[in-house]
Amino acid sequence: MTRYVLKRLCEAVPVFFAIVTAVFFMVRFVPGGPFDRERPVSQETIEALNAYYGLDEPLAAQYFKFLGNLARGELGPSYKYEGWKVSEILREKAAVSLELGSYALALAIAAGIALGLAAAARGKIAAFASGAGLLGICLPAFVLGPLLILAFSTKLGAFNSMGWDSPSDAVLPSATLALFYAAWIARLTGNSVRAQMKMPYVRAARAKGAGEARILFGHVLRNAVSPAIAYLGPAAAGLMTGSFVVETIFQIPGLGRFFISSALDNDYTMIMGCVMLYAAFIIIFNLISDIALAVVNPRIAREFGK
Amino acid sequence: MTAPEGKNIRAIPPAPPRARPALRALAPLLDDRLALACAAFAVFAALACAFAPLLAPFGYDAQNLSLGASAPSAEHPFGTDMLGRDILSRILYGGRGSFAVGMLATFVAAAIGVAYGTVSAMCGGRIDAFMMRVVDIAYSLPFTIFVILLTVAFGRSVWLIFAAIGAVEWLTMARIVRACALDIKNRAYVEAAFALGEGKAGVVLRHILPNAAPAILVCAALTVPSVMLLESFLSFLGLGVQAPLPSWGSLIKDGAEYMEDAPWMLAFPALFFSLTLFSLNRIGEALSRGGGE
Repeated sequence: MTRYVLKRLCEAVPVFFAIVTAVFFMVRFVPGGPFDRERPVSQETIEALNAYYGLDEPLAAQYFKFLGNLARGELGPSYKYEGWKVSEILREKAAVSLELGSYALALAIAAGIALGLAAAARGKIAAFASGAGLLGICLPAFVLGPLLILAFSTKLGAFNSMGWDSPSDAVLPSATLALFYAAWIARLTGNSVRAQMKMPYVRAARAKGAGEARILFGHVLRNAVSPAIAYLGPAAAGLMTGSFVVETIFQIPGLGRFFISSALDNDYTMIMGCVMLYAAFIIIFNLISDIALAVVNPRIAREFGK
Repeated sequence: MTAPEGKNIRAIPPAPPRARPALRALAPLLDDRLALACAAFAVFAALACAFAPLLAPFGYDAQNLSLGASAPSAEHPFGTDMLGRDILSRILYGGRGSFAVGMLATFVAAAIGVAYGTVSAMCGGRIDAFMMRVVDIAYSLPFTIFVILLTVAFGRSVWLIFAAIGAVEWLTMARIVRACALDIKNRAYVEAAFALGEGKAGVVLRHILPNAAPAILVCAALTVPSVMLLESFLSFLGLGVQAPLPSWGSLIKDGAEYMEDAPWMLAFPALFFSLTLFSLNRIGEALSRGGGE
């Protein structure tokens, strides 16, 4: 098991560098620079700014300087938000997104697995479960969010329509964020539960006299959750780094909007910060999901063991 | 080793005639009433949007400022927006963009994915391992940043946005095609084709692609709605189809802003958008279930 985890970690390092390098050069090949503003700034000012931030050096030099800074944990200043360091912005905003993302993740897993198992039942319940699952994929966050606000805050007055002050402010945004992921988990789990129910071991368990609940939770569930666990790696990374749409609709001071605005503003250092955080999350959550897969299905770890 | 011309191998009796694989893949639709209804709706919606200039009661930018945001009425069945523009007409015109993006980007994604997947499978060995590693890495790139950079780079041209979306949606297709090709590559009839002197390109065109067609079709059917979702997200950010030309994403965005005063501005575009996505997903699901069994 330890070996398996170590091997996975070693594989992650080159992936991280590949992502960072690809994005580093991509943002610089995109036309426009970080100091283009709505109001035209004089050429000298832009050149002075570029020189100040070292953007007039050759690309290779910039890249190695960036790697050197990265090794010291220095992400540099934001070009857009003057006086802010990228690491400061990330630290402050990521806390909010992490909290919201954790609620949404928990909700998505619970609802998704429950719906997925319900899809294994026959008749009306299964039809309802798979319908609910599809609905989640078809209701994008920017439709669901406003609808939830309209229903629960404007009409019922149960929650604040926006903001991030009291604990109850997390309810609507996490539900909005979770639905799409819950729907995917339900779909993946439902499909594999249906496939597992046809396996000979289920027939053997029935023949032995095991009840349906025992079969579902004791035998099938463990075999059926693998696709959902594999999906949860990247999904969790997406959830934890915040969602632009949800944060905009509910006015939440999270990280999601920085992903979008930094790319729109060519805020190079901020883009790199966001991308590296996302890549780190992807790697961490993929690792966790790989470990979970190995726990659920020991054969996977055994293949790496020898 | 070359096979002797016209001897034993040619003596194998021809396989009984069967429907072409791509057509067989459509068969599960016929047994599934909901999927059939969804297909009917999707075709109806696509046609209605395609013929929007003929069907729409008003132009997408025909303003009637004195009307303002008016509730649904006989003249404007879905109401009007803040500038007095007919919502029904704007939905029809907006759908053109969504459908066009969905199809074109899926086409781009399928072209890249099929080419990449077959090359990877046919080369095999280290090249295959390297090419799939690239796909793995690309999977962990943050897509939104990627697409935004592409749209910024391409300067908001609608057609290039299609290509940009296609360029990030091909990964799943490449994986599926590669898996299919690897499976088919080792079948006896492909070996026989090689033995008969068929080149790699010929095997790909005559054996692998036709047999991988059902899987490609299912994957494409599920790519269309996910592309439409991505496009609406871009429109929501203001990066998609540019005003005054509407798209479903921008209509929903406008609707969400005014939902308390004019709920019909949100309700009807959202309804059409969600119904279309539901239909397309349901079709894809029905197809994949048929292929999986």
